[in-house]
Amino acid sequence: MTQQVEKREKYDQYLADFETFKKSANGHTWLNEIRTTGLSTFNATGFPTATRGNEEWRFTNVGPIARKAFTYPFKVSADSVTKEQLKAIAPWDDKWTTLVFVDGRFDENLSSPAIQKNGVTVSNLDAALDSEKGLIEQHLGRYVESDKNGFTAVNTAFLRDGALVKIADNTEDTPPVHLLFVSSERSEPFVAYPRSLVVVGKNSKATLMESYISLTENGYFTDGVAEIVLQDGAQVDHFRLMREAAQAYHITTTQVHQSKDSTFNSTSFARGSSIARNQIHVALDGPGAACTLKGLYLTDGSEHIDNNINIDHLKPHTNSDLFFKGILAGKSKAVFSGRVIVHKDAQKVLANQSDKNLILSENARINTKPMLLIYADDVKCAHGATAGAVSDDVIFYMLSRGLDMETATRYLIQGFAHEVIDGIPLDGFRDYMDTYFVESLPAYTFQMKRPGRN
Amino acid sequence: MASNNGAKQPLLEVRDLHVVVAGTNTEILKGVDLTVNLGEVHAIMGPNGSGKSTLVNVIAGRPDYEVTSGEVLLHGQDVLAMLPEVRAREGMFLAFQYPLELPGVRPWQFLKAAVDAVRKHRGETEVSAREFDQMYKAAAIEMGLKPELAKRAMNEGFSGGEKKRNEMVQLALLNPKLALLDETDSGLDIDALKTVAEAVNNRRGPERSILLVTHYQRLLNYIKPDFVHVLVSGRIAVSGGPELAHELESKGYDWVKETAAAG
Ligand SMILES: Nc1ncnc2c1ncn2[C@@H]1O[C@H](COP(=O)(O)OP(=O)(O)OP(=O)(O)O)[C@@H](O)[C@H]1O
Ligand SMILES: [Mg+2]
Repeated sequence: MTQQVEKREKYDQYLADFETFKKSANGHTWLNEIRTTGLSTFNATGFPTATRGNEEWRFTNVGPIARKAFTYPFKVSADSVTKEQLKAIAPWDDKWTTLVFVDGRFDENLSSPAIQKNGVTVSNLDAALDSEKGLIEQHLGRYVESDKNGFTAVNTAFLRDGALVKIADNTEDTPPVHLLFVSSERSEPFVAYPRSLVVVGKNSKATLMESYISLTENGYFTDGVAEIVLQDGAQVDHFRLMREAAQAYHITTTQVHQSKDSTFNSTSFARGSSIARNQIHVALDGPGAACTLKGLYLTDGSEHIDNNINIDHLKPHTNSDLFFKGILAGKSKAVFSGRVIVHKDAQKVLANQSDKNLILSENARINTKPMLLIYADDVKCAHGATAGAVSDDVIFYMLSRGLDMETATRYLIQGFAHEVIDGIPLDGFRDYMDTYFVESLPAYTFQMKRPGRN
Repeated sequence: MASNNGAKQPLLEVRDLHVVVAGTNTEILKGVDLTVNLGEVHAIMGPNGSGKSTLVNVIAGRPDYEVTSGEVLLHGQDVLAMLPEVRAREGMFLAFQYPLELPGVRPWQFLKAAVDAVRKHRGETEVSAREFDQMYKAAAIEMGLKPELAKRAMNEGFSGGEKKRNEMVQLALLNPKLALLDETDSGLDIDALKTVAEAVNNRRGPERSILLVTHYQRLLNYIKPDFVHVLVSGRIAVSGGPELAHELESKGYDWVKETAAAG
């Protein structure tokens, strides 16, 4: 029972901050209603800390998040982060439209000028509440399941900063949009609530990047939600980078809603953090809709990462392809849950999923559970999960060419990752990933009994 | 170490080599003796499972085996004391009977690292990217490896023949003193066989020795060995000149086994 008491106390921080937040936030009644509903849902459900009967969260214990008090970053300190710092640590290209959020709060000075012309809007959500009211009301919060997830609910309560991206119909030439979420050094543990809405019109194409970057070693909490809507024939190429602090908590939901003949291609790279969970939920809600989700994750130390993916094949002739790879070192832990549901009458569906892991340490653990729930009968589905190590024969082959063990190890681990990285079509992002991946490789060399000395 | 009788200088010396599968008592090599002098080409033949691959793999340092007694010398140096990568840098190269696939490993990067490792060992500077580009292209052309294969991961999804050609590309790049070719001719079409033979013949010279493991007289029609050895049940049962290969072709291994049993 003491835990219960403690838990309430910690939630008090969120409740108190909300009172202050309400006063300072933009005073749109319709939005305040959404926020208040978010808060009361959060108040009722809390975070999913129960261990019993909680299949969705069985392998990821968010107790440590629930037990800490994270404050809302009301004060935005100007100039605490510079553009040079960002360029040095994040993917960057002056040709991209970059929106920068520091500790969850939009930073206009660091960002590219907002776009608002020819039916294209790229700006902070808060700044578009009047001009895009219709669009926001129509889509915001329509796709995520706030009522089932305390993290989404509290994000909704503190809804203010985040991106609004609207692409008009038949528009292909919008420059890539980069949403850069930076965490800075603060005296108190804080929580960032990035909340984005992306609506891509009929037969339009968009490139969207999300980067989560840390400039601090301290612990903080990123609680993010993005809703991405693809209308008929739309295509979105989505790239996501997670480079949070090792001490950080990161729980985000990417909710994708796809209409007829739309295509969603996503590639993500995630370094582990203290507790990280990437929830991706794609609803294939029109014939011809297809998604490809590729991911690479790398964990070390006592990091934890959970890739929680749900695909709903709601209509016939829809395809999904999940391709994830993990590299686990130290005492780290990864969870992969790919739940693909082929709904009744969703015939002629193709669904693939695979999760392969390279486990570099005896103490690292992976829980992988691909799950296919099929309620239609004319369906082709395949899934596979492997967890393994590199064979001695492969290593010996490399050594026999004169390479030392360190180089052989590095090349093999890089090789494992290339399958994901090489497929990134956006040069600036791929080059960044290539370099960053090598930088973030754990200090590790394969062990193998070898004849000889020296 | 080297006996100075005549101009012959031993490059590889294998003496009374006994080898077991690591961690077991299963003896595979039961006292192999073999000397390969600089500039010589030797062929090793023998029935399946007689220990041919084991011999060349032990020389190259594969960890699956344990040497229980005997020695292996390269230029008079104790090979068994060297790590496999050091053996390679000292000028040894094994073309694998079954080359391994290196998933996702980019051949250009991998092979340049191999060339640089050898150079560094010799106190030389790294090869420049441009120079290596040229070397790599030339080697691929010589061995008839399709250029698009260089863009795929090392050996990944290569056909059997393509893998063997890729072994030869590595031979060309690393330019070893001692080339151990384990059935490089198996699985090759006739054109590829000629390519391999020509490449080997071009590399014959006073500074290099070649040890070929093969089952077929066919290869030896193109590469004329100086010596032929027949390995049976972990021992060299007979050694001779190139004519021995012809004799085997007509009489089969039973003849050698009988001779060995009798002798
Ligand atoms: N790592 C190992 N573990 C167990 N047995 C082994 C191992 N390596 C070789 N052997 C056994 O040792 C014997 C010799 O094998 P080896 O591969 O050297 O034969 P080989 O002469 O090259 O045959 P082939 O002509 O078929 O290539 C075989 O019986 C084989 O099964
Ligand atoms: Mg063999």
